[in-house]
Amino acid sequence: MTYEFLEHTADVMFEAKGKDLNELFVECSKALNETIHGDVKLVEQVKKEIKVEAKDLDGLLYKFLEEFLFLLDSENLIFDKIEDLKVDEESLILKATLVGDNAEKYHFTNDVKAITFNNLKIADDDNGSYSVRVVLDV
Amino acid sequence: MEINKINDFMYEIPATGDMNVPARIFASEKLMESIKEDDCLKQVANVAKLPGIIGHSISMADMHLGYGFPIGGVAAFDLEKGVVSPGGVGFDINCGVRVLATNISVEDFMKVRKEVLHDIKRSVPSGVGRGNKEKINLEELDEILRKGSMWALEKGLAKKEDLENTEEGGMIPGANPEDVSQRAKARGRPQVGTLGAGNHFLDILEIKEVIDNKKAKEFGLEEGNIAIMIHCGSRGLGHQVASDYIQLMEKEFGFPEYDRQLVHAPLNSEIGKKYFSAMNCAVNFAFCNRQIIMHKVRNVLEKFFPDNENKLVYDVAHNIAKIEEHNGKKICIHRKGATRAFKGEPVIIPGSMGTPSYVLVGGSKSEELSFGSTAHGAGRVMSRSAAHRDLSLDEIKDNLKKKDIEIEAGSKKGIVEESPDVYKDIEEVIKVSSEADLAKPVAKMIPLAVMIG
Repeated sequence: MTYEFLEHTADVMFEAKGKDLNELFVECSKALNETIHGDVKLVEQVKKEIKVEAKDLDGLLYKFLEEFLFLLDSENLIFDKIEDLKVDEESLILKATLVGDNAEKYHFTNDVKAITFNNLKIADDDNGSYSVRVVLDV
Repeated sequence: MEINKINDFMYEIPATGDMNVPARIFASEKLMESIKEDDCLKQVANVAKLPGIIGHSISMADMHLGYGFPIGGVAAFDLEKGVVSPGGVGFDINCGVRVLATNISVEDFMKVRKEVLHDIKRSVPSGVGRGNKEKINLEELDEILRKGSMWALEKGLAKKEDLENTEEGGMIPGANPEDVSQRAKARGRPQVGTLGAGNHFLDILEIKEVIDNKKAKEFGLEEGNIAIMIHCGSRGLGHQVASDYIQLMEKEFGFPEYDRQLVHAPLNSEIGKKYFSAMNCAVNFAFCNRQIIMHKVRNVLEKFFPDNENKLVYDVAHNIAKIEEHNGKKICIHRKGATRAFKGEPVIIPGSMGTPSYVLVGGSKSEELSFGSTAHGAGRVMSRSAAHRDLSLDEIKDNLKKKDIEIEAGSKKGIVEESPDVYKDIEEVIKVSSEADLAKPVAKMIPLAVMIG
């Protein structure tokens, strides 16, 4: 559905909404990627399959988002598209394919240091949709 | 919340409820106005609830909202009963700053300013997704984590006196690379000797005004010459260490109900010890990182000014937890966006890209009032989104041009988000530090050329 950025003096905070968990996670990753590389237009030529596990749903979102920071620092990759994202609520495993490119070809500046647990709590709304607020340490 | 004014530069929140000690805030009336605008006073009061805290939960004049601890937070803990908290160090472990003093005159520098800045930009990788060209292997990385700047000395990238002028000699012992995850190492390996982005920068400054002649001479600072300031930290390696141990501590000990971000572990627990060791690895990585960057800067200076002499004034950490001795007792001190200010020792407080920076000297009250600590910068007052909404890139560029500051930036976004308008008044922060006698100014420096990621 959507995401929007909210006021925070020192860091970056956004709120994301999704009609189901898969969509919520995708929206969160869009907000994160916008923070990292803004409106830089990527040539999509790298695909990366990822699998993330955690002990609870909030932890799964944290680890999923952290994967972007990890791949940027260790393999110099940035992404702007997520394919086939699947959150398995039972096993707490997430699988997805990230599509993007090598960061060295682009100019952008926002160094997201970390995802934080600051108020990170996925809310299950009455109509079956989900929302969450995430604070990024920048 | 009850906040009592003690004097013109100090406030106190009395210990009520679960607070084990009172909170002490260094601020002027003017700074207090902006401090009250977010939840950072609540954060400094929450830190006072942590087990084994000694004296006061302290915050500096540049304080603002942080993760768990406020930025500008200082807290000391008993080694037996106390805790260590990753939120009391920050994600960017050993983010810090160093100043290299030179005998190059402003006049000589200005003739080649653009070229020098351009060459530094080419030799020091900066920005996001810009790694080092000479990849180091994992064994070498482990050596850096163990030895910090000592590794650089062994490789010919440092002088012996550089290490003498670095906090803790640029190497904290007891750092075991086995306590650092493979993920953290994978993030840090391509980043040795890189500046990064965000609020990290490299400035070429004019030593505009010497305030304390005797100390300036001792530190190697002479009016009318240029100095180089380098501000960065432990990059992705430190960020991942913090993230890893926040999750491990939470799993083992849970988190306090008053703030999930204040997750902590007893200093004498296994996980507390492992975090301390891993954090020290990141501390050493950051010392070495700044040393390598300075070495690259020296090579550029050598090319343009073959006869120049330069000297590292000092390198200080401003995101760190350490064992130090205070009032005859060994304690664990957390400084999160705060600088060590021991009596007589150099202290560095950088401004923003268009405002002055200061070298100071630790004052005679810092030991008594703040466990030998003072502020670390100007402190943010405006969010990044507000900066984009309220500030115009053209105006910022115009202002920098009026002040005759040359800038190399990775993107326009960075210029707006780090504009002088988003920070508190550095002069007010220095005034509080000076009046409280935590650290007194030695030399004022103004930017001539600025490089940001």
